[in-house]
Amino acid sequence: MSARDADDIVRYTAGTRINHWIVAISFVLLALSGLALFHPALFWLTNLFGGGPWTSILHPFIGCVMVAVFILLGMKMWQDNYLQHRDWLWLKKSKDVVMNREENLPDVGRYNAGQKLLFFTIVVCLIVLILSGIVIWRIYFSALFPIAVIRFASLLHAFFAFVLICAIIVHIYAAIWVKGSIRAMTRGRVSPGWAWKHHRAWFREVTKGLQHK
Amino acid sequence: MPLQSLDIIRRSATTLPEPEVRGAYTGEVAKLIDTTKCIGCKACQVACMEWNDLRDDIGTCTGHYDNPHDLSEASWTLMRFTEYENPKGDLEWLIRKDGCMHCEDPGCLKACPSPGAIVQYANGIVDFQEENCIGCGYCVTGCPFDVPRISKKDKKAYKCTLCSDRVAVGLEPACVKACPTGAIVFGTKEDMKQHAEERIEDLKTRGFDQAGVYDPAGVGGTHVMYVLHHADQPALYAGLPKNPKISPTVQLWKGATKPLALFAMAATAALGFLHYIGIGPNETDETDEDAARRELEKAP
Repeated sequence: MSARDADDIVRYTAGTRINHWIVAISFVLLALSGLALFHPALFWLTNLFGGGPWTSILHPFIGCVMVAVFILLGMKMWQDNYLQHRDWLWLKKSKDVVMNREENLPDVGRYNAGQKLLFFTIVVCLIVLILSGIVIWRIYFSALFPIAVIRFASLLHAFFAFVLICAIIVHIYAAIWVKGSIRAMTRGRVSPGWAWKHHRAWFREVTKGLQHK
Repeated sequence: MPLQSLDIIRRSATTLPEPEVRGAYTGEVAKLIDTTKCIGCKACQVACMEWNDLRDDIGTCTGHYDNPHDLSEASWTLMRFTEYENPKGDLEWLIRKDGCMHCEDPGCLKACPSPGAIVQYANGIVDFQEENCIGCGYCVTGCPFDVPRISKKDKKAYKCTLCSDRVAVGLEPACVKACPTGAIVFGTKEDMKQHAEERIEDLKTRGFDQAGVYDPAGVGGTHVMYVLHHADQPALYAGLPKNPKISPTVQLWKGATKPLALFAMAATAALGFLHYIGIGPNETDETDEDAARRELEKAP
């Protein structure tokens, strides 16, 4: 499976890939700076951002960048993430998913049910995080809100950040687990065998009418 | 640290004990503010400005005696005036010197994410160490009394220090020194409680049946206490909370959530690792490529 196989199928265009990686880098910076302020044991992570004050200054701005960039990515991916009947069948067979027994699973479209659930988890988390984040953005906005709202927003922000971090750990692991996925997001292409194995319905869709030689 | 205090019993965002060999063996300190003796002269405010070298911006008149009209990074104490018409129809002028209450269980310290930005000394004083402050404002979120203020200029949190610098060398806080009526007194917490009891006894003989001391148990007691004529209705005194405690939301946010969430995140990553080691990656091999090729060939 060389990097430039003529049979390769385009999965992500350069624009989508760049978009994805800006979101990803923002997420990593947000998770590191957020965790630094979440637990004393991780406060040392503030050193990566130039100290505690810089961490608390930068974190909300990076958050705005992530949300803005994710809106672009999310709009592009939204339609492919609607949950369909076959997704529930796929989820019911999650044991086969975990055990790598894909032959027992229903055909998968561009995204499988796990990816779709992850997508909407990210959407929900980001909505809660940006709204609660504005409430607890002390320098600019906190004075506009009553103290009970600020307290609740602080808790929500921590909780949904926790959910998002766990979701992204799963996302990253899935990319490591299913070989060929990382290449899809770095080089944009997947082999026909990869598409056939993991996203058969999508494979048929994109190869429709393609007479092979 | 050239001058170690060796008496820090609590330090924000810190998981191990601080040097605390030196205790407050002569007793914890407390400031007792007797609202029944206060004449609203604001000498305490002036003394606070003077000792701490603070000069707030000149504000505007809000049609109220409160001046300035709120606590700020440069106004660490403030007389709050309330005109109260009692059931007999008489006017009572209730004046409360507002400022940090120096809680035994400080909500600011619990909420603070920056190690050592907030400390509590063995004598009970809760002090901000601004050089460690990151300006996040979580202390404001955690405080049950709405006391800390973030400076617009340097983005650091400020509040009354109970003149920890003066107390450390055996002096009373500046406001206590300046009070002309003896409405503010300072000493060990035990002595202050005893003094308060004497005052309450006296007030009761003067018709203030509900006179009492304000030392709220919900925050473990405070190192700034009030004698109130109407201890049954603290809210009369410019909204002094009746049962202040660290909000359950803050308790949850800063309590069990922290270790549990860290554990769950680590566990998620560990599960991934175990899956990779135990079950292994999902690879595409030549059989899959052949199957894809066959399907493409038979395609119409």
